[in-house]
Amino acid sequence: MTILEKVTALLGEGAVLEAGTDRVPRIAPGSPDAVALLLGTAHQEGWRVRIEGAGTWLPSDAPADLALTTRRLDRVPAVEPQDLTATAEAGIGLDQLRQQLADRGAWLAVDPPGLAGRTLGSIVATATAGPLRQGFGPIKDHLLGVTFVTGDGRMVQSGGRVMKNVAGYDLTRLQAGGFGAFGVIVLVHLRLRALPRADVTHVLEGSRDELTQVAEDIAASGLTPAALELVSPALARRDRWVLAVRLVGSPTLVASDEAGLGRFAKLRAEEAHSFWMRLAEGFAVRPVTFRIGGVPAASDELLDLLQHQVGDEWISAAPAAGAIRWSGETTVDRLQRLRRTLAALEVPLTLERAPWPVRTAVGHFGAYREGAGPLVAGLRRTFDPGGALVVATDGA
Amino acid sequence: MSTAALADDLRAIVGPRHVRAAPAERVTYAMDGLPTHRRLPGVVVLPGTREEVIAVIRLLAALGIPFVPRGAGTGLSGGALADDGAVLMVLTRLNRILKIDAPNRSALVEPGVVNARLSAATRPHGLHYAPDPSSQSACTIGGNVAENAGGPHCLKYGVTANHILALEVVLATGETLVLGSPGGEPWGPDLVGLFVGSEGNFGVATRISVRLTPLPRAVRTLLADFMALRAAGEGVSAIIAAGIVPAALEMMDQSCIQAVEDSVYAAGYPRDAAAVLLVELDGRDDGAVAAEADAVTAILKQAGARGVRGAKNEAERERLWQGRKKAFGAMGRLSRDLVVQDAVVPRSSLPDVLETIAGIAARYSLVVSNVFHAGDGNLHPNISFDATDEAMRVRVELASAEIMGACIAAGGTITGEHGVGLDKLRYMPLIFDAESLGAMLAVRRVFDPEERVNPGKVVPVHACREWSRSANPGAAPRGQPVLAQ
Repeated sequence: MTILEKVTALLGEGAVLEAGTDRVPRIAPGSPDAVALLLGTAHQEGWRVRIEGAGTWLPSDAPADLALTTRRLDRVPAVEPQDLTATAEAGIGLDQLRQQLADRGAWLAVDPPGLAGRTLGSIVATATAGPLRQGFGPIKDHLLGVTFVTGDGRMVQSGGRVMKNVAGYDLTRLQAGGFGAFGVIVLVHLRLRALPRADVTHVLEGSRDELTQVAEDIAASGLTPAALELVSPALARRDRWVLAVRLVGSPTLVASDEAGLGRFAKLRAEEAHSFWMRLAEGFAVRPVTFRIGGVPAASDELLDLLQHQVGDEWISAAPAAGAIRWSGETTVDRLQRLRRTLAALEVPLTLERAPWPVRTAVGHFGAYREGAGPLVAGLRRTFDPGGALVVATDGA
Repeated sequence: MSTAALADDLRAIVGPRHVRAAPAERVTYAMDGLPTHRRLPGVVVLPGTREEVIAVIRLLAALGIPFVPRGAGTGLSGGALADDGAVLMVLTRLNRILKIDAPNRSALVEPGVVNARLSAATRPHGLHYAPDPSSQSACTIGGNVAENAGGPHCLKYGVTANHILALEVVLATGETLVLGSPGGEPWGPDLVGLFVGSEGNFGVATRISVRLTPLPRAVRTLLADFMALRAAGEGVSAIIAAGIVPAALEMMDQSCIQAVEDSVYAAGYPRDAAAVLLVELDGRDDGAVAAEADAVTAILKQAGARGVRGAKNEAERERLWQGRKKAFGAMGRLSRDLVVQDAVVPRSSLPDVLETIAGIAARYSLVVSNVFHAGDGNLHPNISFDATDEAMRVRVELASAEIMGACIAAGGTITGEHGVGLDKLRYMPLIFDAESLGAMLAVRRVFDPEERVNPGKVVPVHACREWSRSANPGAAPRGQPVLAQ
């Protein structure tokens, strides 16, 4: 029997989707249990499995015996607006989830890079936070728990559905940003906010240096914006760099914060929506995207370094949080050199998306602090003992 | 190896004054903040530097002796107890604040730094360390990291895990490594997030880089009193559902109110109220915070509050908070001993769960006082009892188990901030299946293959499905304690 025939016998014809251009069979299990069945079989048979969501973020180009897509895991079993929690399957698109939550007056305060239909599982697995990271923290801060399936088909629950939880080790945080190296996320318990009654965006154009200073002044003023993002001209589709401030919350608080902004220009609601959407989508266009994270005071120096080593055409940065995202075309050599330079400054570089030859040469993580590599390798062996999951964690 | 010989070896590392081997000295460390568990450690060692910590751990690794890291011993799960086959490593002498980096809002501290001392030291910079457990005047940052401690102001600012940027940790082998980075971005997987809350099972944190938070410029503290517990619970849900995120949202029931008002911590809570809510709002602008306070007042009155009053000045605010933070101490007036329980439920189920707990207390003829983080749904039902009364102890255990069962049935969990330790081990299989518990044990073995650090805590080994040890070829099954008395 071929792999396809075996999988069809296992999960039914409905689970088999049309293969991509590389002709790797694409399988879409319809339930978490089906994911466990598939990975358990893959482990026994020695199949190599690549993980896909909607296929809009990471290119579907890793060499594998089959592709496991979570796109049929698109249910939202629970939304609890009173408790501001929800449970969603990993394959639901963020746009769909957002709509279902908004219908109940709830909001997931994340705005990751990528297209609107990007799956929740992909966002969690790659821990790609967008500008809202400034006010609401990284992706892991929005998670109450996850259920995942290991590379050998075991289903593991971690965390729970309530706001605080210290029962057992926090495997949820290991999965957030694990790039699938420790299993396939199938179910996510989310911490929500009430849909903000006021949500406004103000922008200011200027030179990068000038705007970095303005951002520092805003952070020092005690203002707590939901986003405080410095965007390169090409990405903002403007002539100069843009500093965008997003304020959300009660109308009173937002109005009070707006008064402290001075010479910024307020965007109309639809302008603000397209500004943030274009920014997110801009990172899904060019072949390579990475993020780096340093201390806030080093933001300017890090932007200079990027400009010098890989250019600064497509950049978005949260200077007050020390987070920078870069996109563009570059080579393996340049990425490796940049990562080494940054490592000496104690700044991690995470490769978020790139064609497989770049991912496998550079690795999503790489450049661990001394001693951490063996721990990561041990965790990887624990959760994927047969190496069934095709993940470029460490690079060559 | 004999205890005496080991104590001599430890003295050679940390100096003769910092090893406690006599029974009378070790008794001091036989309990933590929870009076229902007691273990006498084999030897107690108090290293004074990270180098001494490493040397002690290497010695214990060479001898194969288990050890338990401990901070101030204020924990409430029996997590920092060592039995007579293990060494208790007390880290309170590592109490230096190594660096305050005000521009980047961070500080580097040793694990024995007392929580409140860090906030006091950073106050001149306009900053504070936000997680504020009720024991903050005594508990240590290292202990907070081990337990992923919370506190009243974690509703808005997040728990310990949200405030740790990087850690220097020493594994059971004595190997030292740094997790995380100065900006908080992980080097690959979030090993800091995994380490925080691991209750000492993964190793010892010797240096901790924490995120500091600006002090709020405007604060309003409100006290609302209710004639029914249910109405107070509904008021909590109404505030959160309105999209308001108070800095803190705490509840105390009548039994707790009266204990506080009878004590030196009397805060002016109305004695006849069935419950009070303490609500704190903070922000940048005084006018905006005042407007939010007005909105909260209206919501609470609609929910049935008899009265809502604001603290008129800082002194009154501190008094209101002191009553809340010292409530556990005030309950000492009610009985000889107190079990501080910890569970979390969905906020909307608070009214029902509180009624269920009252019913359980009545059935077992026990006094249960509730003082808790209502905004997070994090309950602390406190059971007053006399530990010398064996029958009463049994009733306390049975009532605790029923309370946990009620919280789990409501969709909640068995601990929100105190940890599993020894006390909650038996409840772990109620919320995690054998596979998930097995996964936890397998992760623990990646960090500590011999399971020598804080053995017997967090994961009930008997309830785990076995995961292959092939993932850790060097791993050996856990040996028997080799430290003979």
